Amino acid sequence: MGSQWLRVCPDLIPRTVTSFSCLVCSVRNAIMPFGNTHNNFKLNFKVEEEYPDLTKHNNHMAKVLTKDMYAKLRDKQTSSGFTVDDVIQTGVDNPGHPFIMTVGCVAGDEESYEVFKDLLDPIISDRHSGYKPTDKHKTDLNFENLKGGDDLDPSYVLSSRVRTGRSIKGYTLPPHNSRGERRAVERLSVEALNTLDGEFKGKYYPLNKMSDAEQEQLIADHFLFDKPVSPLLLGAGMARDWPDARGIWHNDAKSFLVWVNEEDHLRVISMEKGGNMKEVFRRFCVGLKRIEETFKKHNHGFMWNEHLGYVLTCPSNLGTGLRGGVHVKLPKLSTHAKFEEILTRLRLQKRGTGGVDTASVGGVFDISNADRLGSSEVDQVQMVVDGVKLMVEMEKKLEKGEAIDSMIPAQK
Amino acid sequence: MADHMEKINDKMAKLTIKRLSAEEEFPDLSQHNNHMAKVLTQDMYTKLRDRATPNGFTIDGVIQTGIDNPGHPFIMTVGCVAGDEETYEVFKELLDPIIEDRHGGYKPTDKHKTDLNPDNLKGGDDLDPNYVISSRVRTGRSIRGFCLPPHCSRGERRGVEKMSVEALDSLSGDLKGKYYALKNMTDAEQQQLIDDHFLFDKPVSPLLLASGMARDWPDGRGIWHNDTKTFLVWVNEEDHLRVISMQKGGNMKEVFNRFCAGLTKIETLFKDKGTSFMWNEHLGYVLTCPSNLGTGLRAGVHVKIPNMSKHAKFEEVLKRLRLQKRGTGGVDTAAVGGTFDISNADRLGFSEVALVQMVVDGVKLLVEMEKKLEKGQSIDDLMPAQK
Repeated sequence: MGSQWLRVCPDLIPRTVTSFSCLVCSVRNAIMPFGNTHNNFKLNFKVEEEYPDLTKHNNHMAKVLTKDMYAKLRDKQTSSGFTVDDVIQTGVDNPGHPFIMTVGCVAGDEESYEVFKDLLDPIISDRHSGYKPTDKHKTDLNFENLKGGDDLDPSYVLSSRVRTGRSIKGYTLPPHNSRGERRAVERLSVEALNTLDGEFKGKYYPLNKMSDAEQEQLIADHFLFDKPVSPLLLGAGMARDWPDARGIWHNDAKSFLVWVNEEDHLRVISMEKGGNMKEVFRRFCVGLKRIEETFKKHNHGFMWNEHLGYVLTCPSNLGTGLRGGVHVKLPKLSTHAKFEEILTRLRLQKRGTGGVDTASVGGVFDISNADRLGSSEVDQVQMVVDGVKLMVEMEKKLEKGEAIDSMIPAQK
Repeated sequence: MADHMEKINDKMAKLTIKRLSAEEEFPDLSQHNNHMAKVLTQDMYTKLRDRATPNGFTIDGVIQTGIDNPGHPFIMTVGCVAGDEETYEVFKELLDPIIEDRHGGYKPTDKHKTDLNPDNLKGGDDLDPNYVISSRVRTGRSIRGFCLPPHCSRGERRGVEKMSVEALDSLSGDLKGKYYALKNMTDAEQQQLIDDHFLFDKPVSPLLLASGMARDWPDGRGIWHNDTKTFLVWVNEEDHLRVISMQKGGNMKEVFNRFCAGLTKIETLFKDKGTSFMWNEHLGYVLTCPSNLGTGLRAGVHVKIPNMSKHAKFEEVLKRLRLQKRGTGGVDTAAVGGTFDISNADRLGFSEVALVQMVVDGVKLLVEMEKKLEKGQSIDDLMPAQK
């Protein structure tokens, strides 16, 4: 088993890319650390001996987890056996990124957010702009509540996309689930998706049975996700047993796509070329509702509660789990001194067109909502629609050599 | 112990309630080519999934690395690991056949012989340094009472480190040295260790990573070496301890002398502390990977054999001598400039002296063959019998 040891660059990509243009089939031999472990001996050791060394760490978990907190939580576990060490392993193994404040912990099941609330509540508050343990989250998937969004200028807005995640109640989450559970999630999901008709009629492509031709087509469509390489995900055990029970479903029109058993049980994506975010969001809401109804019929709803909204693997995706975004050409605005300030005020974030942590190419940026928890789906997509509309207007002004000072928005 | 096992099994069984039936949980091994995949049937899995070692290691822990790494086109990987000493007992139905397949037919009833008396090695001090560039012997050791790297907690790992460093710090004479903890290393120290080819970094091999051996890196890991840089110990990498003796040139006898002296000294120090290395008369030294059971020993040289390595009978000769070749970068690397890493193929069922003897005798023969081929002579009369 002895291999040669090489240096691992600590600046590796922090998160798996999830924007639609980035589902590029990557390196086949991705690394794959372990998920979780039940070591009965560890309670024989003192807290000081087991408490992780977080001195070089810069992530949400490291900011919050004190030795006292660890002492309190170390002998607890959820009913499926998930422990605090399992929650934090990814944050211990990934000290942080110089520019991105990573979360550094994951949930292994729905109960994790309850059993480990002492740790997770402050993290949620820090990550989600002061969201309190007593706050209530509003879900609004009624697309008719969105104003406008069908007229983003296609000369600037190249494509529009909305994604979210869903977890199926009664099963543990990707860091912790067994093969049997994962397969059950796949089975239920495929059953549900196969009942979709009309604009949603489509087909499922399991990763482990894909033919070469199908794989090439999915890569060409930028749909295929390959084994995760991000050390953040791998450190949490989400790549165990790959590619067993993983797959991709999409409708015939290739505008509605579902990933099964990647970072969450389900990732649901609606997308199309051009700037008609209204249509993208309509399809998103309608499709999601249909899927949820089918699951409910089988007595498996989605994990949801009125405090955290939709419950997902990563605390950063709680609430709506929604990222609505566009690829938009802003070569002038993006080099303007006030660009970052504008984004902050509009509650938007920028990414390169390869997704998080990639550089923009040719002045084209991925602009999406920054928030997930504490505002509804409609609210977040509205912010994207309004914000992008404004930025395109600013771009046009800058093209004409005019000032944009009068257009700078107030903080939303 | 039985009562304790009951309690653990009970607890583990409760955890398995949410797990589905054995059929639904059995891994898909249809694309797989490793020892575990050859041996694990659904019936075996069904039986083993209800067990756990006293420390909570389960069958899924044993096999995860083999599921996540279907195989290598040229190397038959093992595909499973031990999480503690008890793993080899609790999961013997799986591990015994794997051990047999991997270690030349070694049976569950066989006894392994340990011989770390370097005086029993004949010769080995005269390998031609024009051909033999360097000599090295390595092995692993596990400290009884702690879980192994796939399963240990941070506290256990630190416990292993503390105990090991205390033992190593009391070495004297030509073994006197210093410990460099990975996480406290200065840039200067790190650079020096890289230059010396001593530094091991975070594992990248998916085989190791999938079994959880890189958790909490670099906490509890480090390198100890003596002042003359000929005796080196890795702490908490793939095993609790990896012990290495090495030097330039072909004096394998001296390398082995130092190896045995150092190991014996360290073992005595551990015994003084009230513990010992994991060892039993069937499996010899117990290590994380089943491929390293027995002696855990790999003794080898870097040797220049450009003519011999191109000879049609090269592979056959190696096989008969019970040796294996690797590139000079280690397993899975290519040879550079006709220089090969030649070492013993066996680990279990032969003593340390016997294995190093095979290397010494075999390399001596290979060098003779190389010299003949240089002169354009045939080597047919030098072909050895199967050892």
